[in-house]
Amino acid sequence: MISRPSSRSSSPWLLAGPGALFFAGMILLPLALTVILSFRVYDHATGIKDAYTLSHYIAVVTDEYYLGIFWRTLRVAAMTTLICAVIGAPEAYILARMRNPWRSIFLLVIIGPLLVSVVVRAFGWSMLLGSQGLVNQALQLVGLSPVRLLYTETAIVIALVHVMLPFMVIPIWTALQKLDPMVEAAAWSLGASRFTALRRVVLPQVSLGMLSGCLIVFGLSASAFAIPGLLGGRRLKMAATLVYDEYLHELNWPLGAAIAIIVLVANLLIMLAYNRMVETRARRMLG
Amino acid sequence: MQKNGPLALLFHGLVVAFVLAPLVIICLVAFTPENTLSLPTGGVSLRWFKAVFAHPDFVASFWNSIWLATLSATLAVAFAVPAGLAISRFTFAGRDALNALFLSPLIIPHLVLGVAFLRLFALVGATGSFSWLVATHIVIVTPYVLRLVLAALSGLDRSAEQAALTLGASSWTTFRRITAPMILPGITGGWLLAFINSFDELTMSIFVTAPATVTLPVRMYMYATESIDPMMAAVSALMIALTAAAMLVLDRAFGLDKILVGQR
Repeated sequence: MISRPSSRSSSPWLLAGPGALFFAGMILLPLALTVILSFRVYDHATGIKDAYTLSHYIAVVTDEYYLGIFWRTLRVAAMTTLICAVIGAPEAYILARMRNPWRSIFLLVIIGPLLVSVVVRAFGWSMLLGSQGLVNQALQLVGLSPVRLLYTETAIVIALVHVMLPFMVIPIWTALQKLDPMVEAAAWSLGASRFTALRRVVLPQVSLGMLSGCLIVFGLSASAFAIPGLLGGRRLKMAATLVYDEYLHELNWPLGAAIAIIVLVANLLIMLAYNRMVETRARRMLG
Repeated sequence: MQKNGPLALLFHGLVVAFVLAPLVIICLVAFTPENTLSLPTGGVSLRWFKAVFAHPDFVASFWNSIWLATLSATLAVAFAVPAGLAISRFTFAGRDALNALFLSPLIIPHLVLGVAFLRLFALVGATGSFSWLVATHIVIVTPYVLRLVLAALSGLDRSAEQAALTLGASSWTTFRRITAPMILPGITGGWLLAFINSFDELTMSIFVTAPATVTLPVRMYMYATESIDPMMAAVSALMIALTAAAMLVLDRAFGLDKILVGQR
């Protein structure tokens, strides 16, 4: 259990072995099976065949219907990421400048909803944005005509921003914690305006936190399921709801698997690019 | 540290309102006496809460989710503690790969995991099995426990362990009497976080649950896509209350910011 770090023994594998086997069997094996499945021939009358084909991938990247859904997914995820950054960065900065107990209380308010089920939050937004919802009632109260919000991309983006905001605030907040407040004060005393100090001193130091927040938000938004499912309705599909439909309504598992694999590969590429970027930056900083 | 200006505070107020709005509206509508989703302007009623407890499907799904979350969080601790010890205490070939494997469910979208598990279930004939559902949830929640266990282990003063070993304690006794009590906050925090994440999980579960094993979020999702009445608000309000209680415990015991933001 506890031994000197220098000891070379089989202990680490005795400790982690069972877990490693379980994880390999529950992650690597099913993923491999899914990759294989995505190349299997599917026939609407007889189901999955024994032959192999590339047609599902070709269908996904050439068919207008699927391309439209992919574009919507990218558009919605990009929009969500942008809005999250625009709201999350100043909010984290404001939080960092608060004093306790307010700072702890509001940090809890901002990141606490992370623990509330996403179905609950999606349902809350469907009530707020519905045709008789609070937003439309407020619009009518000030004399404006009601707008159709529910089952639009706008509704999906609004609710996604709500769900993703903590993922943006947390890394920026962490970066701000490492920032010495005296550095900003030094910039002011040297004659920099507040804006210049923010732009030249604070922003560069939190940019990495912001970048990691953006990647997390983008990845999670692009594969989000409950929000587009409940706020996009039947017609406004995104990648995740499309996979769900292929699996449980169309029963075309190979096609669904192909889309899921594309989502996975896109996610992993983003993560790799991020790691590469962080490493180059660290190397440049070290000289 | 500078103070926030009025403009900053106004912005902050709007963000807080935005964050709380959907949760507040749920809690209000849950008390409506009407048959439609509406604010309880004409009085407060508990009829929709009663309707939830009289609805056999919701009650069954609730207990199913509670059991699922309890079992998967506990088994996740059983995997994460030894794995955390191996990763933080030893240098060995494949350590980084092992760490990456255990943390990979955080990077793989739940949608993809759901699809992959569904394929596995279909091949081994596990559809509808509760034990297999627990196995899938263990995969999803173990990384949360592992991260906190690793953080607890790295912040540990090892001289107490060394003293015990020098005084002749076996490595198991040292773990049981010295290390385990010292990382207990990390383990408990990890367990609670794992419980909440399992209890809330929808995207993966919706692929692998069968009618007999439907979890509460899946049940709610299905219900919300078909009919919308205030009962959905009542269930949601109960879930918010449950989460808020767990959050308060987590915050009082460990500081929620530490657990969610990570150790600094």
